[in-house]
Amino acid sequence: MEYSEKVMEHFARPHNVGKIEDADGVGEVGNAKCGDIMKMYIKVDDGIITDVKFNTYGCASAIATSSMATDMIKGKPVSEALKLTNQAVVEALDGLPAVKIHCSVLAEEAIKAAVKDYYDKNGIEYDPALFKEDSCHYEHHHAQ
Amino acid sequence: MQVYADNAATTKLSKTALDAMMPYLTDIYGNASSLYRIGQEAHHGVQAAREKIAKALNAQTSEIYFTSGGSEADNWAIKGVAELMAKKGKKHIITSSFEHHAVLHTVKRLEEQGFEITYLPVYENGIVHVQDVRDAIREDTALVTIMYANNEIGTIQPIPEIGAVCHEKGVLFHTDAVQAAGHVPLDVKAQNIDLLSMSAHKFHGPKGIGALYCKQGVRLPNLIEGGAQERGRRAGTESVYAMVGMAAALEESCAHMEENAAKMRKLRDRLIDGLLKIEASHLNGDRQNRLPGNVNVSFEGVEGESLLLYLDMKGVSASSGSACTSGSLDPSHVLLAIGLPHEIAHGSLRLSLCESNTEEEVDYIIACVPEIIERLRSMSPLWERIQKERGNQ
Repeated sequence: MEYSEKVMEHFARPHNVGKIEDADGVGEVGNAKCGDIMKMYIKVDDGIITDVKFNTYGCASAIATSSMATDMIKGKPVSEALKLTNQAVVEALDGLPAVKIHCSVLAEEAIKAAVKDYYDKNGIEYDPALFKEDSCHYEHHHAQ
Repeated sequence: MQVYADNAATTKLSKTALDAMMPYLTDIYGNASSLYRIGQEAHHGVQAAREKIAKALNAQTSEIYFTSGGSEADNWAIKGVAELMAKKGKKHIITSSFEHHAVLHTVKRLEEQGFEITYLPVYENGIVHVQDVRDAIREDTALVTIMYANNEIGTIQPIPEIGAVCHEKGVLFHTDAVQAAGHVPLDVKAQNIDLLSMSAHKFHGPKGIGALYCKQGVRLPNLIEGGAQERGRRAGTESVYAMVGMAAALEESCAHMEENAAKMRKLRDRLIDGLLKIEASHLNGDRQNRLPGNVNVSFEGVEGESLLLYLDMKGVSASSGSACTSGSLDPSHVLLAIGLPHEIAHGSLRLSLCESNTEEEVDYIIACVPEIIERLRSMSPLWERIQKERGNQ
């Protein structure tokens, strides 16, 4: 198992680490038993994600995918953030080892959870199909 | 500063071992089975190596079989005894729940073939109870296999006492001594051991070579059919340089065992004390009955792989029992076996020292770890939750 240079860069100096106290949306996914939890905070102004921060407990790829995914939605319309896929995050990181793909799935789910929270808090209607029920990320683990 | 603190994974080849090996990698290239001079020189190298290893274990030279390493020795011992005993209708094996995978996966395979396996508990301190072994032995018990010292938490098992119980009950006793050989005194006779596995690269020997001690009278089935090497039980042209290197490394380790162990214990205890000053940290495994170089500490609220990769950036090589480093769903089976919850097992750090580590290096590790833990905890939602729960109590 080897990490790309991009992954190691984002792990060594992750972007957007922290919390937003007056966040418009907060999403948390994962669990301690599995060894990774991601919590994302978004600030939304006029439908645009003006700021995003994360807190992550997990391995190097969990931290790197949090960093990259938050970079990718910062300054973007909420509707576009919802379209961010885990594959896009993996590609932006120049790949992840097969056993670590679930980290990118968590990053996608954390963003969606934060957006859903924003929608719920602001009474914005949405298609529930956009937000799949919390899929236990155990399913995304790949045996070596 | 560069600090290698993963000696339980592998060790640096010693100068003594390298020097002993060089002639067999250059001039003495003969096949040890050949009758002309350079063949016989190679043969003598093999014989001298076997004698040294036998002496280190207080065994006969005819009881030592070279293997490719510890895993092969474990596989051969367990599958071999299982095959022998199955003929007598004995199909029950006793082991512990925190063995190396070379043992656990082997007994699992036997289980699929109709053997019954008893996994003894190792309790919170990581030590098998002798009484549990006694209670588990049955009429149809074929083998008891308990590791000498655990590879992750370094706990040393009551091997002589377990062996005595096995002999009293007439059951063969195998021990995986891969972590123990060269580090703690081994004596197969005094310690009642019938079969023992070891691996050269754990005591500054070369990789790819190990040995199985098998007591005279136990007719293990052949592992590899072919020529007459290893008394016909494991055929194939000998890797003379590896055997010679293993023997030289073991001889050297045994000659300096006491002074090395005393030095390592001092470093180990300094490191344990230094790391336990960090808030919400726990030592894994018994503090007294542990290998001289083993330190295994869990830090709540952090994940082990991140911790060891940040340590690597500081020049420190270590290891962890987190799921992410094991490449599976679960954290280390050893840490789960001593009763750690998953989230604490994920935050484990193993540092394994050798005699060439220094106090300066230990102090450097003690200085590096707290800031990394602090950094990881400052971005950990789990740590935030732990803090809140503590605050509410």
